Amino acid sequence: MASKTILELKQVDKFFGDKAAVERISLEIVEGEFFTIVGPSGSGKTTLIRMLVGMDTPSRGDILLRGERINDVPANKRPTCMVFQSLALFPHMTVGENVAYPLKCRGIEPGARKARAEECLTLAHLPMEYYDRPVTQCSGGERQRVALARALAFDPDILFFDEPLSALDYKLKKLLEKELKDIQRETGKTFIYITHSLEEAMVMSDRIGVMNEGRMVQIGAPREIYRRPNSRFVSEFMGEVNVLPVTAKGGKLHCQSLGTSFEVPPGAQETDGVLIIRPEDMRFVNGEPPVNGVLSGEIFNEYLLGSRVQYQVRAGGTTLLVEKQRDSAAPDPAARITFAPENSMLFAE
Amino acid sequence: MTDTAETLPETMADASDGANQLRQIPAGVWCAAPIGLLLLAGFLAPLIMVVLFSFMPRGTFSPFGVPTLENYVDIFTQKFYISFGWSLFLALISTAILMVVSYPLAVAIRRAAPRRALVLTILIVAPLFVAENIRLQGWVLFLDKAGVLDGSVKALTGFEIGSLVTNVPAIVFGIVYVYLPFMLFPMIMGLANVPPDVKEAASDLGASRWQMFRDIELPLAAPGLLIGGLLCFVISLGAFSEAKFLGKGVVVTIAQDIESAFTFGQNWPRGSALSALVIILAGAAVYLAMRRLDLEKMLGRAS
Repeated sequence: MASKTILELKQVDKFFGDKAAVERISLEIVEGEFFTIVGPSGSGKTTLIRMLVGMDTPSRGDILLRGERINDVPANKRPTCMVFQSLALFPHMTVGENVAYPLKCRGIEPGARKARAEECLTLAHLPMEYYDRPVTQCSGGERQRVALARALAFDPDILFFDEPLSALDYKLKKLLEKELKDIQRETGKTFIYITHSLEEAMVMSDRIGVMNEGRMVQIGAPREIYRRPNSRFVSEFMGEVNVLPVTAKGGKLHCQSLGTSFEVPPGAQETDGVLIIRPEDMRFVNGEPPVNGVLSGEIFNEYLLGSRVQYQVRAGGTTLLVEKQRDSAAPDPAARITFAPENSMLFAE
Repeated sequence: MTDTAETLPETMADASDGANQLRQIPAGVWCAAPIGLLLLAGFLAPLIMVVLFSFMPRGTFSPFGVPTLENYVDIFTQKFYISFGWSLFLALISTAILMVVSYPLAVAIRRAAPRRALVLTILIVAPLFVAENIRLQGWVLFLDKAGVLDGSVKALTGFEIGSLVTNVPAIVFGIVYVYLPFMLFPMIMGLANVPPDVKEAASDLGASRWQMFRDIELPLAAPGLLIGGLLCFVISLGAFSEAKFLGKGVVVTIAQDIESAFTFGQNWPRGSALSALVIILAGAAVYLAMRRLDLEKMLGRAS
């Protein structure tokens, strides 16, 4: 796959009053990729996507589409299109009229319009008999598909998604995530998706950009972001983690509250800060000599998480999370826990 | 609710005394009773009287004479259709102008920040606190020959505008001026039915401003526009003071004919027949519009 840049952001800022909603974002989106922007609510992702679609203009910086500056090109003149969080279907039209609307705007004659709209319905897995159904009679999942079909009918260079799946139940969401990924592969289009759900991002994306407080804090493949988060924020956003405050002391990291010292993670600079370990990287010590500091605590809770069990261990005033495979032997309630230095992450604070 | 309805006939039949029966009447009926009685006495009764009178012989003052159609025949033989025509024309053109004038204003008020929208609303409503006739007379003083406008322009430039009243455009102006709020507020309500993101979506899908207006905004705001239009049409059909003051009798509207039939003419049956025709006309307009109007949709029940 030729990796050609389709969309480029150069130092894009957006101010509302003197408050920055988006700050100095630079980004290159490659043709045909599924790029997801993840961040908590208020991180500026909606503001960012509105600028990318053309509903807002940047206060500073440039947005380039295939090398051309499009900052001030309004949404209706851009070859891109968005699936809204609210879906924004036209309530007074049928499914077919909704899907054919972008074609109508372009002045395509009714026959060709219908043929193309039907193609898009099929692509979005909507049965043909829905064509003449009022859109208000469709269920939540069907509306999603109508919105998607309508966006596909537009045949955009880039298709944007503003958390369209957030209102759906879990099962339907999973199904549509998969379908969306399939459609992206089938059509070879560039998808830019925003969500606050990391799980959603992980399933679908080729690359993920993590946003926090208006800034893009990390960009990378899902695995990379998961394994090597570059900040405490990203690592915590990726899921539940254990956070141990540590101070550097003679080549080791000392955790005051637990009274234990740990090795510095390989490749990391010795510094005061926090040591972060994922629950699945924690393990119970069963006799074998530990390679790192050992924490003693007491298991006071366990949760079943599908194929894994999560244990909550109380140690020195904090609660540690440890995850194990479900079928492995039950640990001793008076637990001794450790982790490999290479599975820990150190962030200065 | 259903329980009460089902047990009602049975308990009514069993009830031996009236007090017990009264107690069986649901609270809702009691609450609706005052307005029901008021409507019966204040709306339906006069309507029946008007219809009854319209079939009475000329110049009689009792609704119990021998019915006749002569009043209706008179309307057509005595050229009352001319004032009907004028009223219809004035109502139609005023409603059309009101729609065009109110639309941008309604859009502006919808878009304005809440505080500013409130100020605008108060400014538009404020004139309603002054009696219509007084306001119209004010306009006459302003627009008439040697009035405020003519006098000022003449004093400043020597150029004489002359009278701007005593003509049909002045009457239309008066109607538009007086009934603006009746068009504006339903219109604002209609525009509130157009979700902003739906408009954005249309634009994002490539719709030009005009396409967005025609395909999205207008159909979605239609209930409000229709209600406003209907309201303005029906009340301007009965317009009276505008023609009298600003028109100074250049045309006679049907409302003026009705008034003179009842007063100078002392011919109640003729006035009643004319009124009955106006009521039928207005009723027909309401019926036609309501047939096209989905009340469920308007109240936001659909979707």
